[in-house]
Amino acid sequence: MPDTLLFAMEAALNGLTAGIMYALVALGFVLIFKASGIFNFSQGVMALFAALTLVGFQNGQIPFAHLINAVLGTRIHYFGWNMPTLLAIPATVAVMILFAWLVERIVLKHLVNQEPIILFMATIGLAYFLEGLGDLMWGAEVKRLDVGIPQGMSGAVDDLTFGWFGYGFYLDTLDLYALGIAAVLVTVLVLFSQFTKEGRALRAVADDHQAALSVGISLRFIWVLTWSIAGIVALVAGIMWGAKSGVQFSLSLIALKALPVLILGGFTSIPGAIVGGLIIGVGEKLFDFFMQPFIGGATENWFAYMLALAFLLFRPQGLFGEKIIERV
Amino acid sequence: MLDTQDDGYMTADGRKIGGVAMEMKNITLRFGGVVAIKDISFDIRWGEIRAIIGPNGAGKSSMLNVISGFYHPQEGDVFYKGFKRPRMRPYQVAQQGIARTFQNIALFEGMSVLDNIMTGRLNHMNAGFLKQALWWGPAAREEEENRAKVEKVIDFLEIQHIRKTPVARLPYGLKKRVELARALAAEPEILLLDEPMAGMNVEEKEDMCRFVLDVNDEFGTTIVLIEHDMGVVMDLSDRVVVMDYGKKIGDGTPDEVRNNQEVINAYLGVAHD
Repeated sequence: MPDTLLFAMEAALNGLTAGIMYALVALGFVLIFKASGIFNFSQGVMALFAALTLVGFQNGQIPFAHLINAVLGTRIHYFGWNMPTLLAIPATVAVMILFAWLVERIVLKHLVNQEPIILFMATIGLAYFLEGLGDLMWGAEVKRLDVGIPQGMSGAVDDLTFGWFGYGFYLDTLDLYALGIAAVLVTVLVLFSQFTKEGRALRAVADDHQAALSVGISLRFIWVLTWSIAGIVALVAGIMWGAKSGVQFSLSLIALKALPVLILGGFTSIPGAIVGGLIIGVGEKLFDFFMQPFIGGATENWFAYMLALAFLLFRPQGLFGEKIIERV
Repeated sequence: MLDTQDDGYMTADGRKIGGVAMEMKNITLRFGGVVAIKDISFDIRWGEIRAIIGPNGAGKSSMLNVISGFYHPQEGDVFYKGFKRPRMRPYQVAQQGIARTFQNIALFEGMSVLDNIMTGRLNHMNAGFLKQALWWGPAAREEEENRAKVEKVIDFLEIQHIRKTPVARLPYGLKKRVELARALAAEPEILLLDEPMAGMNVEEKEDMCRFVLDVNDEFGTTIVLIEHDMGVVMDLSDRVVVMDYGKKIGDGTPDEVRNNQEVINAYLGVAHD
């Protein structure tokens, strides 16, 4: 087999795993968009905040330590114990649920029946607030996140592909785990939204607030539920990205990569987020591989957006999005 | 559903009307400086078809919104099953067995007819969501029971042929019927219909009239209905409340209301001489 083909295959494989990481972030967007028609700009920051909180709990950091020290003149930073990961994750989930509840209480409750653009602006505000809060609570330095997922080259994949092609593909073990986790997450979410009454209620709320109220659905409960699930998805994304590249504030920018993923997959489809992520991931790796000799590197910075733009021309609702039917 | 109280009466066509199900006492509703409803009192009896009529802007829909908890009156109380109802959110009212339809159809446009009607069953589902998701034990049975009930409603309203169609594709008359189906699926004790025949052609109107009567007859559902078409109202209803400019100007059987001078004036106008 020619080397170029093998290299291209390896690039595509790595693209698939990178795509899964994009999809993890995109999932959170889809959930909130499905349930409330809001494009939640703060989804990326939620992932960052969840990861920060998890690391903070693991390391026994004292929240707001800098603030406390500045006000009281003390020098405290750590409680002096480490929380085991199995305890820190549920604790972080609890924090994300509390956050969802507060968002409903303080922000969404007052914006019922407002235009989507108003709600969108509110989530931009929320994003900056949460970024500031994360900084204030846990500090701004880059942190290492270790939840026990093995990292580094996957020996199994290397051996297997060497046996087949005489050339071992490089694949990070962490990415393989991300694949498995994403598969489980999507299965659970799809089952939830298609086959449970909460899922049906969630779709109903997304469609028409008034009608949902009239059949006995509590909007507030559904919103807290949706934002809680989005918070948990954000935590999963935060863990995977944090383990890959450290918990740092640039994490909140991965949210921007989720945008083209959503345009491809459709804003309302959970499987669409995964497929969109994979297409973007593979597309940008292969494009970079083949086009680099002609147009230089760093195509990954813009390729996804170009692809999304081309997509908008032909299928604006995305691959799996709901087609908008308008009777005239 | 019929109350055991013996203060009910028999209708001419032999239906038993029970005691008072719901009572409005001195309801006043204001929007800023505009008074939509002025000190209105009336009652609704179990099993009856109670109509609210009046010219445009009389406050009929506002009244229905007060009953269903979408509006909260500044003064007055709603008594349901003999108890004063505390301030409730619309979804809590719905959970108490009061279903409604809207003047400008409020359906879940993106969902199929079947899914829309299934949302009416939400308050009859109790299994935990994990079990539901996995189609497990009691959850599966519950879903089947609910589906069976929904299929009955679909049969009843003769909309079998559109069960899988997304609601957005349906013509207006059918949408109205689907909305009625969703309200019926909740097995309500009281059904509120806001202009169920508005914008329909004669044939569709006749169908809808038949459905309203059948619902009342077969399930014994108490029906409160707002309608413009006087012919329809007089044929359907047992008792009629007439509103004009937010005030109640008449209340009684269709015949009583028809001969009420104030009602005639409101509808036909008064000669100024």
